[in-house]
Amino acid sequence: MTEENQENPPDEAALAGQERLREQVVRTGMFGTQTTGDTSGYGGLQVRHAPLPSSPRPFGSYFDEVTDALAARLTEDGSDFADAVERVIVERGELTLHVRREHLVGVCRTLRDEPSLAFELCGGVSGVHYPVDAGRELHAVYHLTSITHNRRLRVEVSVPDADPHIPSVVEVYPGCNWHERETWDFFGIVFDGHPGLTRIEMPDDWKGHPQRKDYPLGGIPVEYRGATVPPPDERRSYT
Amino acid sequence: MTSTDAGAEGRVYNVGGQDWDEVVRAAQEAGDRSDHEHLIVNMGPQHPSTHGVLRLILTLDGETVTELRPVIGYLHTGIEKNMEFRTWTQGVTFCTRADYLSPIFNETAYCLAVEKLLGIEAEIPERASILRVLLMELNRIASHMTAIGTFGLELGATTVFLYAVREREKVLDLLELITGLRMNHAYVRPGGVSQDLPAGALGKIREFIGTVMPTQRRDLRSLLDNAPLFLARTKGVAFLDLAGCLSLGVTGPLLRGTGLPWDLRKSQPYCGYETYEFDVPTQDTCDAYGRYLIRIDEVDQSLRIIEQCADRLAAGSADDPVMIQDKKIGWPARLALGPDGLGNSPDHIAHIMGQSMEALIHHFKLVTEGFRVPPGQVYAAIESPRGELGCHAVSDGGTRPYRAHLRDPSFTNLQAVSAMAEGGFVADVIAAVASIDPVLGGVDR
Repeated sequence: MTEENQENPPDEAALAGQERLREQVVRTGMFGTQTTGDTSGYGGLQVRHAPLPSSPRPFGSYFDEVTDALAARLTEDGSDFADAVERVIVERGELTLHVRREHLVGVCRTLRDEPSLAFELCGGVSGVHYPVDAGRELHAVYHLTSITHNRRLRVEVSVPDADPHIPSVVEVYPGCNWHERETWDFFGIVFDGHPGLTRIEMPDDWKGHPQRKDYPLGGIPVEYRGATVPPPDERRSYT
Repeated sequence: MTSTDAGAEGRVYNVGGQDWDEVVRAAQEAGDRSDHEHLIVNMGPQHPSTHGVLRLILTLDGETVTELRPVIGYLHTGIEKNMEFRTWTQGVTFCTRADYLSPIFNETAYCLAVEKLLGIEAEIPERASILRVLLMELNRIASHMTAIGTFGLELGATTVFLYAVREREKVLDLLELITGLRMNHAYVRPGGVSQDLPAGALGKIREFIGTVMPTQRRDLRSLLDNAPLFLARTKGVAFLDLAGCLSLGVTGPLLRGTGLPWDLRKSQPYCGYETYEFDVPTQDTCDAYGRYLIRIDEVDQSLRIIEQCADRLAAGSADDPVMIQDKKIGWPARLALGPDGLGNSPDHIAHIMGQSMEALIHHFKLVTEGFRVPPGQVYAAIESPRGELGCHAVSDGGTRPYRAHLRDPSFTNLQAVSAMAEGGFVADVIAAVASIDPVLGGVDR
């Protein structure tokens, strides 16, 4: 979708909206129709990319305590919280720390070793591909659990598709070994320092990374009683 | 017989069966045996003792395993990718097929994640939560029975397998009665469950927990608990302590086998588990036998929970809803028992086709298009028979999951097999794999 920069009259209201207009268009129209005329009046609708969310303090629950403890320990170790943690998001009762990749291993080690944090258990890595999120297309999400304090926390790292490198956390959480291999296999995120980053689910000679959004699902049309049902990724979608 | 492969580190022997003597002779002829003391054996993926299509590459020094590398991926079916092309409700039919021995758990983990995304956890009808707990605990018994049975089978005890599978069959009969299917139920749906208990189901459940299961479980225990061969093959075998479990992310019976009572049903309750009375069995032996005992004890605890579920269901009314009352989310269609079996409810069909145009539109929109889920991401975790089963669900605000990832306990736990088996005997590899109880459908998804 090409971005439209139309000439706007220089009045106050239009200038106020300029910031939003610079965002990428992520969806057009309303009902997902591409082929026939949309008579609803929403055909020209352009939904733009939402600004990056970030939660203000206080976060509530144990989240303030966790972020404070992490910040204190990082400062002690000669690092900086604001430098390491890009944003903090509290949503649906869950805490997400968006960590810059350079600091990932340090943050994970601190989260594991600092007694007031004690996130001993890593539930693994899960990749997510956001092709519309220019410059930060690939996300790796780590689900951490503290058995000591009975808490959960999510660490998220985002990297551009052009440079899909994230340092491996296998030295801190050896259980992430297979999870990182899976994320490499499915999304093409390269985990630097992984002891053996090879494909795990797909065959070794497979081309492409199947869970990426630009990788087609595949499938063939199925004929049933004279009617043809297209494969799932070619059926009408409503998003 | 022997072949030379440019990529191989040593001489390669192709064993086709009945030709071991030739291999030994060829190995002796090779002469420089000092450099080639190690034998690399490929076990699986088609092997009755690998618990499914798991491949293990063993490096042996005599009887001792010096290196073990598991190879997985033979059962990868792209469930997570497929879910991205179906509605949120249809996703259930895919994730139920991941870990095929605990389908209800997959469904529940996924549905809890979807409900968390929708922010409707408080609106789930109580009867639906009780039914979820009931089904999960029945499923846990079936899964543990398979684990114990295949454990016995892989150690050479066929009778144990037959006993355990016989009991599992009773559970599957109950699951079939309640959901309509023995596996791949798609019974738990976002917002509730697909239907209430059929008539007579409570009686069958009570019969099962009252008479059937206790006697059969006693048979099984009398076979295994004091069998010298079973004890010799499992006690002190496949050791993994607490530090090993935590660093490798291992959960479930393996973690509780180190003495840590970490059970998400107690520590982070969901579906109302905090209102049920049950204990978390632990052992501190860190070995395969301890894991067997935990599974057997968990079956007892599951029976306790099922009894409480049955009491609560009996106290409730069959008219209580089992699906969320929010008409924008709850599945509109109802099933009813007709003369030819379970099918569309004639009342519902009459309502949408004859009485209410709006109801028809509503039905059509929800069934074809599905409901929209606000953007964001959540992680919902439950205690499956094998450990922490998490679902990481991401929504972009649409009618389909943007990404749904199952953090399957088998996948994570299976990594520990190298730590358990390396340095031990080759025969103990079997016990190690069996004590982890991996389900390859869940590992590969």
